[in-house]
Amino acid sequence: MSTTDERGASRAHRPDDSLARLRREGRIVIVGASLAGLRGAETLREEGFAGSLTIIGDEPDRPYDRPPLSKQVLVGGAAADRTTLPRRRAIRAHWRLRTAATGLDLTARRVRLDDGDEVPYDRLLITTGARSRPWPQPAEAELDGVFVLRTNRDAERLGRRLMAGPRRVLVIGAGFTGSEIASACRELGLPVTVVERGPTPLVGALGGVVGQVAAELQREHGVDLRCSVMVTALEGDAAGRLRRAHLSDGTALDVDLAVVALGAVRNTEWLDGSGLGAGPRGVACDAGCRAFDVRGLVTDDVFVAGDVARSPHPLFGYQFLSLDHWGNAVAQAEVAAHNMISPGPDRRPHLWVPAFWSSQFGVNIKSIGVPSMGEEILIAQGSLAEHSFAGVYGCQGRVVAAVTFDQTKWLDFYQQQIETAAPFPPPFRSVDRRPDGLHPVPAEFPDPSLPSHGPTVTLCGYSPTERRIVFTPARA
Amino acid sequence: MRLVVDLNRCQGYAQCVFLAPDVFSLNGEEALRYTPYVDDARREQVAAAMAACPVQAILMDDVVDDMMDDPLPAAFDVHH
Repeated sequence: MSTTDERGASRAHRPDDSLARLRREGRIVIVGASLAGLRGAETLREEGFAGSLTIIGDEPDRPYDRPPLSKQVLVGGAAADRTTLPRRRAIRAHWRLRTAATGLDLTARRVRLDDGDEVPYDRLLITTGARSRPWPQPAEAELDGVFVLRTNRDAERLGRRLMAGPRRVLVIGAGFTGSEIASACRELGLPVTVVERGPTPLVGALGGVVGQVAAELQREHGVDLRCSVMVTALEGDAAGRLRRAHLSDGTALDVDLAVVALGAVRNTEWLDGSGLGAGPRGVACDAGCRAFDVRGLVTDDVFVAGDVARSPHPLFGYQFLSLDHWGNAVAQAEVAAHNMISPGPDRRPHLWVPAFWSSQFGVNIKSIGVPSMGEEILIAQGSLAEHSFAGVYGCQGRVVAAVTFDQTKWLDFYQQQIETAAPFPPPFRSVDRRPDGLHPVPAEFPDPSLPSHGPTVTLCGYSPTERRIVFTPARA
Repeated sequence: MRLVVDLNRCQGYAQCVFLAPDVFSLNGEEALRYTPYVDDARREQVAAAMAACPVQAILMDDVVDDMMDDPLPAAFDVHH
């Protein structure tokens, strides 16, 4: 029996020893072989992880870039199978592609695969992302001519059919993907109808004020845009080919190609019953990317990053944000990988300010912050009518987001405003302020999700390692 | 080579468009379009574009990095 001193000493040494062993010869498994998985793997090697690295993915290809698939790939500017992501460094990984994870044993620390194999791990990074939400009627979804767009295979099939010259394309859903597909169709000279349940395109992401500009863009480019309408049924001919769509306004539309763009579903089914806090909205994790179990306890060996993660953000009332943004996949994977192989005091929170871009109808749309949290919007530069502007979103007296149409140069400034919880409406005069930008107007989100009252938080420091959270009193 | 541009960083300075016009183009006023896979003949052009990018948003690699990966298991090739 050892003395108290010896026990204390061995206990004190154990974490360091085991961490050193993990970094030297541990087994890290990454489930999900896309952008977040790849950047996570690179960060692990960058920070000195020398053990074994296994990357599991159900798609056949090495990680590839998805944003081009709804843009240059559809108009023939790039091949669908040629968007493989460049590497930042060699990762010496063992790839298990065309292999889906089907289960997780948290106690035995093993991932089950669909080929019957099991892969043991010391640390697990979950980056399984999301998939297209399928058309809800399976028989209709099976019709020849009905597509979704998420993978490079999807883009290849859809691109081929667009090139074949369909009579009319139907895009179901006018979010970013649907709008970009409609834009590509017009660039190809194809007749296209967009059916959107909400009052305008992009209304969920950017609100109705900006959505109205998106609607104008679509119509000016010849899109037959129908808002506040739903597709109720897709009808096929005797050979199983799509021929008609039925709409909720009682009309029907003859189409031979339909793209279902109804958003994404998180890939968490493989975690059912694992005891991890995973569900349709993603895998919940703390700001350091550690997954929660179903009891709400944080795990210390399972990490999450990218589209599938849902984590609290101090800038936005500690609400859990799930962001299917390219930049988030990169930034969160870097933090997760760093924390996986770092001792507690050296770990970092994921404090990335959400940012995304879209290009459609020749306009560059970019956003920073969380627009959907905005109650009001102020057009601080340019004008809605010219389709060239910077809009600032405010919530409870502070700046929470900004969006630009062909005015990207202003975004860095607004990022600082968001990070410092600057007051809204901005008290200063801005360059190129027009009469319609003198007062904020309701941002017109269909279902505004208001943050809870609480302290506002600002970020300071420049280097990611220097960032610290500073609390400031609530503005009310 | 494989190419990706961080379009969150990109601010449309369009230096790359002047230096590698076969690879980069502007769609409208400031939306950047690029070819994600370029052949060796364009290497110098793209390297110049990377160096000139004021926000350093362009990443390019050589596929040789993949050779450092563990070989895929034999079963992978046999069954697929």
